Amino acid sequence: MVDTANAESHHQDDPSRRDFIHIAAITGAVGGVAALAWPLVDQMNPSGDTLALASVEYDFSKVALGQQVSILWRGKPVFIRNRTPKEIAEARADDHASMPDPQTDAARVKPGKEEWLVLIGVCTHLGCVPGFGGGEFGGWLCPCHGSVYDTSGRIRHGPAPKNLAVPDYAFTGPTKVKIG
Amino acid sequence: MSGHPPSAYEPKTGIERWLDARLPIVRLAVDMMDFPTPKNLNYWWTFGGILAVCLVSQIITGVILAMHYVPNADMAFNSVEHIMRDVNYGWLIRYMHANGASMFFLAVYIHMARGMYYGSYKAPREVLWLLGCIIYLLMMATAFMGYVLPWGQMSFAGAVVITNLFSAFDQVIPGLGTAITTWLWGGFAVGGATLNRFFSLHYLLPFMIAGVVVLHIWALHVPGNNNPIGVEVKSKADTVPFHPYYTVKDGFAIVAFFVLFAWFVFFAPEALGHVDNQTPANPLVTPAHIVPEWYFLPFYAILRSIPQKLFGVLAMFGAIAVLFVLPWIDTSKVKSMRYRPTARIFFLMFVAAAIGLGWCGGKEPDDVVLTFGHTATGDPTGFSVVWLSRILAIYYYAYFVILFFLGLRENPLPVPANISTPVLGGAAMPAGSAAQAEKKG
Repeated sequence: MVDTANAESHHQDDPSRRDFIHIAAITGAVGGVAALAWPLVDQMNPSGDTLALASVEYDFSKVALGQQVSILWRGKPVFIRNRTPKEIAEARADDHASMPDPQTDAARVKPGKEEWLVLIGVCTHLGCVPGFGGGEFGGWLCPCHGSVYDTSGRIRHGPAPKNLAVPDYAFTGPTKVKIG
Repeated sequence: MSGHPPSAYEPKTGIERWLDARLPIVRLAVDMMDFPTPKNLNYWWTFGGILAVCLVSQIITGVILAMHYVPNADMAFNSVEHIMRDVNYGWLIRYMHANGASMFFLAVYIHMARGMYYGSYKAPREVLWLLGCIIYLLMMATAFMGYVLPWGQMSFAGAVVITNLFSAFDQVIPGLGTAITTWLWGGFAVGGATLNRFFSLHYLLPFMIAGVVVLHIWALHVPGNNNPIGVEVKSKADTVPFHPYYTVKDGFAIVAFFVLFAWFVFFAPEALGHVDNQTPANPLVTPAHIVPEWYFLPFYAILRSIPQKLFGVLAMFGAIAVLFVLPWIDTSKVKSMRYRPTARIFFLMFVAAAIGLGWCGGKEPDDVVLTFGHTATGDPTGFSVVWLSRILAIYYYAYFVILFFLGLRENPLPVPANISTPVLGGAAMPAGSAAQAEKKG
């Protein structure tokens, strides 16, 4: 009897059952392709050893007043600048000037360590490394498309949309800074 | 391939008949050589053949260079020096490859300008034009990644700037641009992982170009060639077989073009390069004056002319994207600008604007073109390169708008009835006078 019932149901046109099989098959195929495609896409993202290079420590005892060093962190240059009182004063005087990405100088340095400006040395326009001493604000000038940054690394004019980024960093000793 | 006359190929031997029944490849080659081609093609039509030879030359020299090059951030620069100094004839092969890229772009720009002047993008050749635009995009991607491989300062700065174009998406959805650039780099900055994948793709893309070229030629052989008067082939009298007429004409042009190519390779191999690329890549310093290769300068000038990052990037990509819709922008039914005197002037101005943008791209944005005075320190002030680029960029886009409205209202000159008429009679004549013209011969 059971066999007969099954045979009958096969002969019947059961659209909902047929649709279910189609939808299930398509869903399975799409899911399978997506699951297989993701590893092929994700392999391009930073690998484990690249991600592991999270922080770098630097001894700045030899960076004299008015000097700057560039160190490499995660493949990017980081500027560590020992600012002169004049540079700090200029940056603070412009705190409320009109600029594309307003920020006070105090928000960009650690309290009590205002002379140390730590910046990711990557222009926020298209990633070139700005040079210090160019532009009319006494800060950085990007050689690629002429973005001008002030002595706090804030964008003042040019195509760059953002200030030079301040990375996560901490002073781990009297002359040591840890970036990342 | 449809649109063909019945095949003229008759297999003569048993082996030929056996092969023809299984893979009619000899038939395909014979039909290609026999292809009815308009008899009035001028030398502007030889650049297709020149481009085919350029692609073959780039693939051969590129495969050879890959035998000696090391795609590793620590070794890439030195391996290129090794090719230049130690590998037998390595200097020749590398200079052929590097200058070959410039020759390839020179030829493709002439090829595109020819298509734009003679209306080769119009019906029924829109797909042919679109495939050409895709080839151009693939060429730009390939050339950019190839320029990164020597891993000099300019290579590095170029990779940084071009990949950072995608960071503009941060202004659309915060974080999106950063996610894309990190994914492209395989790190937090351009580095070894970037170089390695660029090498892989630089090797792959030329073969994709070759594939699209096959489609491009297929799409050409369906409607057949356009021609300088832009009137479709009406009868067999309008055509000659591709071989020997155009094999010889193309062959001559290819030889002439390769004289220029050889002059660059042997007498000015670094003329189109940048000295900064003789310095190994250094992520801590960007060279003072970075410029792309000459063939990207017009787009670079458009990018720089707009002070806002996202719009600058969009304007630059838009300048290429607009080419894709050109067949639907141009409203004129007359193909050749020989019979569109007004359009011809706008077209020549477009070419001048593109060349002018290229000139601007090679200059500093603040360089002064027309001096009106001097600053206190004696520097000239006045009309600067960035303003010239803005005007030229506006015209670049305006050309496409003009083309749309011009087609609706202009009065074109009388168009010949068929190809044979102007070929044999000289000036355009009313329809029906073709036979008479032939008698005059």
